[in-house]
Amino acid sequence: MSKRFGSVEALNEVDFEARDGEVMALVGDNGAGKSTLIKCVAGIYSIDGGQVLFEGEPVTIHGPKEAAKLGIEVVYQDLALCDNLDVVQNMFLGREAHDPIFRLKEASMEHRTAETLKSLAVTTIKSVRQPVASLSGGQRQSVAVARAVLWNNRVVFLDEPTAALGVAQTRQVLALVKRLAEQGLAVVFVSHNLVDIFEVADRITVLRLGRDVGVYERARTTEQEIVQAITVGKAAVAGEAAT
Amino acid sequence: MSTAAPAEVQAAALEDTSLRSIMRARWDALRSGDVGSLPVIIGIVAITLFFTSKSGIFFSAVNFTNLIGQMAGTTVIAFGVVFVLLIGEIDLSIGFVSGVAGVVVAELQLPGSGHQVPGLIAIAAALAAGAAIGAVQGSFVALIGVPSFVVTLAGLLAWQGVILQALGTQGVIGIQDKQINDISNYVLPKNIGWAIAIIFSVGYAAAVFGSFIARRRAGLRTGNPVLAALRVLFFSALAIAAVAVSNHTRGFPLVGLIVLFLVVLGSYVAGRTTFGRHVYAVGGSAEAARRAGINVKLIRIYVFMISGAMAGMGGVIFASRLNSVDLTAGGGTILLDSISAAVIGGVSLFGGRGRVSGALFGGLIIGMIANGIDLVGYTDAVKFITTGVILLAAVTLDTVLRRRQAAAGR
Repeated sequence: MSKRFGSVEALNEVDFEARDGEVMALVGDNGAGKSTLIKCVAGIYSIDGGQVLFEGEPVTIHGPKEAAKLGIEVVYQDLALCDNLDVVQNMFLGREAHDPIFRLKEASMEHRTAETLKSLAVTTIKSVRQPVASLSGGQRQSVAVARAVLWNNRVVFLDEPTAALGVAQTRQVLALVKRLAEQGLAVVFVSHNLVDIFEVADRITVLRLGRDVGVYERARTTEQEIVQAITVGKAAVAGEAAT
Repeated sequence: MSTAAPAEVQAAALEDTSLRSIMRARWDALRSGDVGSLPVIIGIVAITLFFTSKSGIFFSAVNFTNLIGQMAGTTVIAFGVVFVLLIGEIDLSIGFVSGVAGVVVAELQLPGSGHQVPGLIAIAAALAAGAAIGAVQGSFVALIGVPSFVVTLAGLLAWQGVILQALGTQGVIGIQDKQINDISNYVLPKNIGWAIAIIFSVGYAAAVFGSFIARRRAGLRTGNPVLAALRVLFFSALAIAAVAVSNHTRGFPLVGLIVLFLVVLGSYVAGRTTFGRHVYAVGGSAEAARRAGINVKLIRIYVFMISGAMAGMGGVIFASRLNSVDLTAGGGTILLDSISAAVIGGVSLFGGRGRVSGALFGGLIIGMIANGIDLVGYTDAVKFITTGVILLAAVTLDTVLRRRQAAAGR
């Protein structure tokens, strides 16, 4: 897959895959192309070369709605929640349950929100009718992740979900990420934090300057190897990183 | 009418729904700056007391029905303003769009003009003209990205020019059509007035208890039934009192019924439909709305069409009240009064917060001040200064309370 912005090659023939029931980490330095890759798959950017395969079939994705229809959900770094709306309203944003005359079915939406939060063992949110503005960072992240689960998605991209969180809240979110994979979803976990990655990821893809350096099994690699791949690329570590 | 203040919603969502715990939650909300509609209610009571002490006529049945007629046009335009403010935009053209609608309705009923149509069709055409203007202006905002302030400022100038051009030679068009003139001048027969008050009360009670039962059946938390009953009683009493007072004179004005119908419709659209939910989402975070798959551009255009159509309805009400349109149509304080009504009614200028019913109370406050000052015999100077001070006070209060709410983590 390739993507250019004018003369800048943001992604250059990057191969990337995510499997059901697995947490795939996507790492790389600033400007490596992580966010660009996500936005291409989410349909926000069009791709200039290569293709996206979904369950083995080539698909073209024009816009977030089509991505959502396929079951690809992205939880963005800046969360993409509306502060002025409550938890239920955010969970169903853009996909509200309604009857034929566009009347909202509040009761059933509230019911499903409560059930989804329960299935993910999110117990810190007191009321689903609280406005999101009044939630803590970890709670907001939980809402954003739960939104991805609500729609029986197949693939969930999490863009830096722990970046702005404290220790306890990071624990909550990492536990949530593991439960997502246990429910059979393919989870893509984008992060700078190698400690977090080594805690939840099954495999790790490293991007560097718009190219993929390689895919590493967590069980068969070390933090040091990943750091080298992020900073200097594969050439320097070619000897050890036999993938 | 959507009457649930945010604090009430939160109180209802708490586990414990005994009256005492609700009162305590409400009190906590109040202290952390969530005052709901309290300032507006205090304002209305204070204004009533002040002018009643100054003028014997202010608190009378005749003046009550007059007030309804005086505030109707501005209030209806303010309903449209609420939607525009909710998506974080502004529409400065509404005053003269209402004037254009007045010209359209007057021109289309003109006997012997060759394009005379029945009154109701002329009214529909005026609303359509307002919506079409809104669609054009909204397209510049949504599709090209021109700031709404500039687009509608250009509209303010251009539509005033259109009015002057259209009325140029004679300067005024009289309206003889009965259907059009009835909009502002017809009073409902007393029996019909009673019937409507009862239908409103029963309908409101059915809506409140319907949702109560639906929530209980779905196994969700419900508010305290006593509180719901009190709310139904309060609004039913208000409706019956309004009709009772009006029936002391000629009866309840039709235009008052139109305003009530539009506030219920507007509240319903904003609060209970997917469209309304998307309007709030766009105002809260346009980027989040876009990523959630909401067609933000279309929502913006629709909202400007609502604003234009409501301005059109307001223009029809003004034209009907005067039985004519002249060169001053849409001018004066209509624009600023309408925006003030929405803002005083608690609609945030920064988008995403506020309710349609707020514009009704804001319109009531502005209408009462204008009406009272005219009755007491103060000058326009006093009227403008007072309205300005109240507008500033409302926005200042809102800003201070927001900060306090943010500090309290609400």
